[in-house]
Amino acid sequence: MMEEVKGASSFLSVQVHNIKVTEVLQDGDSLTFIIVSQKMSGTGEFHVDRTYEDFEWLQQHLFSQEDVPGIQGVIFPPLPARLQVNASSKTLRHLGFLGLGEWQPYCKALETFLRQVAAHSILSKNRAVEIFLTSSDPPGRQKVKKNIFNRLSQAVEEMRKEGHKDVDDFFQTKRDHNFLLTGYTKMAAEKFLDVVLTEQKIAVACGHFSTALHLCMEQGENPEKQDFSQVCVKLSEVFNSIKKSMTSTAMNDMNTLGLGLDLETRYQEAEKEMLFRRTCKLVELQNATKNAEKAKPVKKAVMEEAKKATETEFRQICEVAKKEIIQLESKHVETLQQALVQWCEKQLLTAKESAEVYSQHLQTFKRMQ
Amino acid sequence: SNVSLCVQSEPASLPAVDISTKTNGPKQDSLFDEDTEDLFAEATEEVSLDSPERDVLLSEGPSPAITPITPPISVITPRIGHAHDDMFTHSSFDEIEEEEGGDSFDIHISVSDPEKVGESWNNLERSGTSMSLFRQKDFSVKRRFSDFLGLHSKLASKYLHIGYIVPPAPEKSIVGMTKVKVGKEDQSSNEFVEKRRSALERYLMRTVKHPILLKDPDVLQFLESSELPRAVNTQALSSAGILRMVNKAADAVNKMTIKMNESDAWFEEKQQHFENLDAQLRKLHASVESLVCHRKELSVNTAQFAKSAAMLGNSEDHTALSRALSQLAEVEEKIDQLHQDQANADFYLFSELLGDYVRLITAVKGVFDQRMKTWQKWQDSQMLLQKKREAEAKLQFANKPDKLQQTKDEIKELEGKVQQGERDFEQISKTIRKEVSRFERERVKDFKMIIVKYLESLVQTQQQLIKYWEAFLPEAKAIS
Repeated sequence: MMEEVKGASSFLSVQVHNIKVTEVLQDGDSLTFIIVSQKMSGTGEFHVDRTYEDFEWLQQHLFSQEDVPGIQGVIFPPLPARLQVNASSKTLRHLGFLGLGEWQPYCKALETFLRQVAAHSILSKNRAVEIFLTSSDPPGRQKVKKNIFNRLSQAVEEMRKEGHKDVDDFFQTKRDHNFLLTGYTKMAAEKFLDVVLTEQKIAVACGHFSTALHLCMEQGENPEKQDFSQVCVKLSEVFNSIKKSMTSTAMNDMNTLGLGLDLETRYQEAEKEMLFRRTCKLVELQNATKNAEKAKPVKKAVMEEAKKATETEFRQICEVAKKEIIQLESKHVETLQQALVQWCEKQLLTAKESAEVYSQHLQTFKRMQ
Repeated sequence: SNVSLCVQSEPASLPAVDISTKTNGPKQDSLFDEDTEDLFAEATEEVSLDSPERDVLLSEGPSPAITPITPPISVITPRIGHAHDDMFTHSSFDEIEEEEGGDSFDIHISVSDPEKVGESWNNLERSGTSMSLFRQKDFSVKRRFSDFLGLHSKLASKYLHIGYIVPPAPEKSIVGMTKVKVGKEDQSSNEFVEKRRSALERYLMRTVKHPILLKDPDVLQFLESSELPRAVNTQALSSAGILRMVNKAADAVNKMTIKMNESDAWFEEKQQHFENLDAQLRKLHASVESLVCHRKELSVNTAQFAKSAAMLGNSEDHTALSRALSQLAEVEEKIDQLHQDQANADFYLFSELLGDYVRLITAVKGVFDQRMKTWQKWQDSQMLLQKKREAEAKLQFANKPDKLQQTKDEIKELEGKVQQGERDFEQISKTIRKEVSRFERERVKDFKMIIVKYLESLVQTQQQLIKYWEAFLPEAKAIS
């Protein structure tokens, strides 16, 4: 997450800020995403189609750059979890906001991932990024060797390391803060998701009511019957409007603040993982130091070498980490601000439109008296 | 619960209401100046013992002293020897309705929250009217819930069997007849109190809007008298009791040996129409109940989100972002309140309206059944007369002059009954037509009024939302 170079990355032949996931095609159970990026030279576009496995391939390549100094200090742009076709609502739930709508939030999240990767000064250097974005052939599907960059290991031992006291105040503070923030952000995202799901339920209920009203139209010529039918039809229209308004409100929630909270949550997790990697390296260093001190003269030199190597690695990680953290913090403010402003603007617009529509309905009914 | 009724009207020069145990209401002079006949002066006739209504309504307890729960009266009381049995012919009621023009409907009733008096809760009712029917412009009385049930029972016993659609009693348990699971109602909860208060108010307004019922002495007494004797045995008086009566009539109809030959297509069509309407309204009611449920859920979820946003704001280092998040929490709390208000509107306007109409339709179906019963009674009399005539023919050739004379007398009586039965049937048919027409008019008015209120609440909610968003936007923009 180094400087986001707007538009240009010296390692890629595409413009970074307008990479788009334009479409998703479904073939049975598999999904294919169409990714469009503008050529740096300004002479056209790249159109590539990628599956989720291709995204994972890219991610693996980024994780496994062991020769890049301080790579473990990078806060990796989080890749959304796999989207399953025909999944039950329970399985979709783990995707949170990304499981809603007709895959648009999900595509947006993939898009954000690609833009963040392409804008990262360390990560964008990796050939895999260029290949992913520009190669018309699918990138290699071979499995890349495993590494420790995946989900935090569940081993109890590993978990204990998470609480390991730090030697550096800056990092201790960051770890503590990250712990709090991750919990609260996740909670806020979940609660907001509940709000959106209920809004959708209300929209559906209004639709049902509207339809049921339409069925109340009565045959007959007497004026009272016609009057009542009129009333039912008009009321049906009112509830249709309410449905549209609620649907709009839910969409606004989803596409702005929802996505924002979702991204924040995943980034907090990514930061947490980075901090953990650093802590693990710290533990490793402290062990190496102890071993070097305690080593018998025969082994001492080797131990010292090992300790020095680890020291260097640790230092590099800390350097990268510090920059990443500061970058993330300003990004975090930007993300939330953008989400809040867009959300507010969209809801304001929807409220104004709804007020107008309801007023018109009100006038219609008043004239009917 | 005591309800205070305040009825406002011109001070009229009406003497105090004098109600004797013999009558079903005040004497002629006191209340019905404009009528040439007192409708109820001679309404003390016994009901025929086979009337099922009597079983349901009268089996429990003594009647209150002032206004006896009189047995359901026939429209016309058969009294041998009276030439002018036409006390309650259709013309009398026509006259009443012609009178409506003179005193335009103007009455407002409000029912306030209950207060505890001794062991029971009482509601205060305030009524305002300018109608000359009332002694005062404004007055208020305290009434218990059982008083309402008592009033309904009286009205039902007087009017249902002659074809009037009597507004159903406010439900004792406010779940209504649409079997929607609302859960156990806490009688002291604010929600229950408000539901009941609203139901009582709607019940009264619906009752007084009926031109005939408004002038009923029991109704007037209910609205005006400072004291009402305690109505006993509310179980019998509840709408469940009335429902039983209605069901009994329906059973009787089903058991009719002679199928009624419906020569009047209007009735057949209308009955079908009400069956359909009943089904549709129940569906609508269920739909709205579901909507109300979701709205309440939305309110809860919004409140929880507000809390989580506040916590997020508290743990945020960046000052401006922290402030914005706190403000987000506040906005969401306000929006929660809007959701609650909207849920109330959904409920009190639509859900209760639809529930009321489902219950009303039961009353409507009831009067149709009453008509069939009336027809049945008439047919029974005719059959009996036929039998008697056959018996008379036989007795002509037997030498039993006493028996012959007795039979002749019985025939005379039965001829009267047959005529009466036919008149009753025609009367109830006519009344039902009028009532149905009135129902359909009122229905349109009711719905329109509720819808206008609802739309006004919708507009208001959106305007509030606009205010909230407009206030929040600069805060969000000011983050950095």
